[in-house]
Amino acid sequence: MKYLHLIWAALMRRKARTLFTLLSVLAAFLLFGLLDSVHNAFSNASSGVAGAARLISVSKISFTVSLPKSLFARIQAVPGVAEVSYANWFGGIYQDPRNFFPSEAVAPNFLDLYPEWEMPASQRRAFRETRTGAVVGASLAERFGWKIGDKIPLQATIFPQKGGSNTWTFDLVGIFHATDPAQRGNENVFFFNWNYFDEARQFGTGSIGWYAVRVADPAHADRVAQAIDALSADSDHETKTQTEQSFTAALVSQFADIGLIVGAIMAAVFFTLILLTGNTMAQAVRERTPELAVLKTIGFTSRSVLGLLLAEAVMLLAIGAAIGLVLAGIVVIAVRSELGSTIPLTPVGGEIWLRGLGLAVLIGLIVGVLPAVRGMRLRIVDALSGR
Amino acid sequence: MRRASGLMPQLRSAAMLIGYFVVPVAVLLLSPWWALLLIVAGLAVLIATTRAGQQVWSVTRIGISTIPQRLGSSSVVVVGIAGVVAVLVALLAMAQGFAVTLQQTGSDDTAIVMRAGSQTEINSVIDHDTATLVSQAPQVARTAAGLPIASPELVVIAALPKKSTGLDANVEVRGVGERAWDLRPRVKMISGRRFKPGLRELIAGKDAREEFAGVAPGATLKLNGQLWDVVGTFDSGDAHNSELWGDTDIVGSTYRRGSSTTSVTVRLAQASAFDAFKAGLQADPRLQVDVSTTRQYYNAQSQTLAQIIRILGTTVGIIMAVGAVFGALNTMYAAVAARTREIATLRAMGFRGTPVVVSVMMETLLLALLGGALGAAIAWLVFNNYTASTLGANFSAVVFSFDVSPALLWYGLRWALTMGLVGGMFPAMRAARMPVTAGLREL
Repeated sequence: MKYLHLIWAALMRRKARTLFTLLSVLAAFLLFGLLDSVHNAFSNASSGVAGAARLISVSKISFTVSLPKSLFARIQAVPGVAEVSYANWFGGIYQDPRNFFPSEAVAPNFLDLYPEWEMPASQRRAFRETRTGAVVGASLAERFGWKIGDKIPLQATIFPQKGGSNTWTFDLVGIFHATDPAQRGNENVFFFNWNYFDEARQFGTGSIGWYAVRVADPAHADRVAQAIDALSADSDHETKTQTEQSFTAALVSQFADIGLIVGAIMAAVFFTLILLTGNTMAQAVRERTPELAVLKTIGFTSRSVLGLLLAEAVMLLAIGAAIGLVLAGIVVIAVRSELGSTIPLTPVGGEIWLRGLGLAVLIGLIVGVLPAVRGMRLRIVDALSGR
Repeated sequence: MRRASGLMPQLRSAAMLIGYFVVPVAVLLLSPWWALLLIVAGLAVLIATTRAGQQVWSVTRIGISTIPQRLGSSSVVVVGIAGVVAVLVALLAMAQGFAVTLQQTGSDDTAIVMRAGSQTEINSVIDHDTATLVSQAPQVARTAAGLPIASPELVVIAALPKKSTGLDANVEVRGVGERAWDLRPRVKMISGRRFKPGLRELIAGKDAREEFAGVAPGATLKLNGQLWDVVGTFDSGDAHNSELWGDTDIVGSTYRRGSSTTSVTVRLAQASAFDAFKAGLQADPRLQVDVSTTRQYYNAQSQTLAQIIRILGTTVGIIMAVGAVFGALNTMYAAVAARTREIATLRAMGFRGTPVVVSVMMETLLLALLGGALGAAIAWLVFNNYTASTLGANFSAVVFSFDVSPALLWYGLRWALTMGLVGGMFPAMRAARMPVTAGLREL
């Protein structure tokens, strides 16, 4: 630490060069922060801790095929099942198909299975008691400026009403918040009352999209899942029961291999960055050869010269990375408040910072090592005479 | 008077910034290829015929001949720009490939009819009477035997294991009517035979066969508890390649859909008959349907995802470009600094500033072009026809291949030249403005 001013002086020797290199590093880590945030959002969707105790039971044929309601009581009776609820995909459109958000008809007790959605008790009660009631996540309400008491019309894509009309009108009776800020991306949902849906729809009355099951002990989730699937084995409505995470993970992985895309981009970015900062460090050391010789002359050991040069590279990378990650954080906050959760992003938090700074130090060491070894091996006489 | 003279240098540098910087960048990014070719040709003529042009040429030659001495730092420009272009072109090629696959699926002379408001086939239900009414419309083309070329189709989803991961993914099973072959003449069997109507037989699209396990001809599949024989593989050259096809009636009975289907697709007698076809169906009080040409239908499906990927690609490209430009600036400033004495000597001998500016610019542009070409080549070699799959509008796999088209490669090169222009401009100005006397004294 006592050599900090020496490292600083070395960086400030050519201000323009340091600044340009810093800006390149900054751009690389800004990108890293943003991409990692997207990546996190996708993997969080499938690995939320809150979902560990929940199972999703869908038709084995595909999740678009519905299940009979008779399974409800039978699943409830399976040992280890704490609570069962059910829901159906609605796929409604608000004003324009581009305003997409998931809309689902849910059983009265559905929200009890999701303690991570926080909603005042009065609104919970209103949701149970209002036939045309609907509740939405806070970020969705914010996106369209909805308030409690609003009437919200959705156009049905799958389920017309009995009279043939495609317009379903709901009364907004509650707005829920995610208790965990990392889950805020999942707030973009519209839930409405099952009974209204089931009575009014033109076809499919009595059939169910999927069952959500809370198990008493997450450690026994696998056993419970098998027991549930055994209920319908060899019937014409076999189920496939899995944890909520694996269900979402399977769906997300079918959309795109986000990890692969992000990984490939970051590989290209960091490869370029290593070359670029490596070149800067090599230039910096070449220019300062006589100065390094002087340092050695006045008693700096070869090892401390090595340390100084490595520290210089690491510091350059770390400063650039820190500014880049701060910027990424600001951009993410701006995008989230502007666009809601249309683009999945998690806040740039501790985890991303840890990975980013770790990478910065690693790259600093990689690009610093060649010039630093060169500096360490300098022979004073040769260097001073400019040979 | 004093104020005016104080303002002059600022105005001049603002004018220079616009003249040397904003205009060329705009020209590079916006003008068509032939205009750029003309500009290049014009410059070549100027260099060959005018005295200043010959000065530019000789200074540039000196600069370029010293590149090998600065190989390390010059490669920073090349590799930096190559990275940007490769990532940009690859991401845009992904968007392009997806869009092209879906757009090819549609045409103007076939129309798809679904229940009103349903947006996608999987959401739609068309009952038997509606399907019959639709295929009897006068605008529908007829076979030589006088039968309407219409196919009542039933789209359902099956979960099959993917070859790559072994995990279940959704594949679209499309029940098609007897005249689907007249409706889509492009569909060719590439192995096995067509399914026989009335039997539990399936044929697999070429991409579905590549992507999913157990759908090669000869295999037996269990769908909804019943066994199906896979009897062939077809190639349609479009998004249908991701599907499995069977007989509508048999798929319907297996999935307990009775006689209802999800859509009716018809061939129109001619494309211009579409408006009359649509108006006729919508005026019919017995029907509540949405009618679109298949081109409209598939274009709409491709738009959202392609747009998201394009925005993502451009954003990533811009941020990377900023990083690469600063790398290029570093390199070119260092290059100018290394040649300080040489440039000062040229100036002392009477060379004007412009040849010096132009020569540094040309050198940077050359490196940028090299980087752009390298990046484009990487994108093309690695990603052209690279297959990927995503979930389409019917919640099932759409397999597509990246399309690294010449237009995209050219777009990537433009980005490269723009980065070179920005990265070379400031070092070039510095070289030209250097006081001659100070430069000569530099070691």
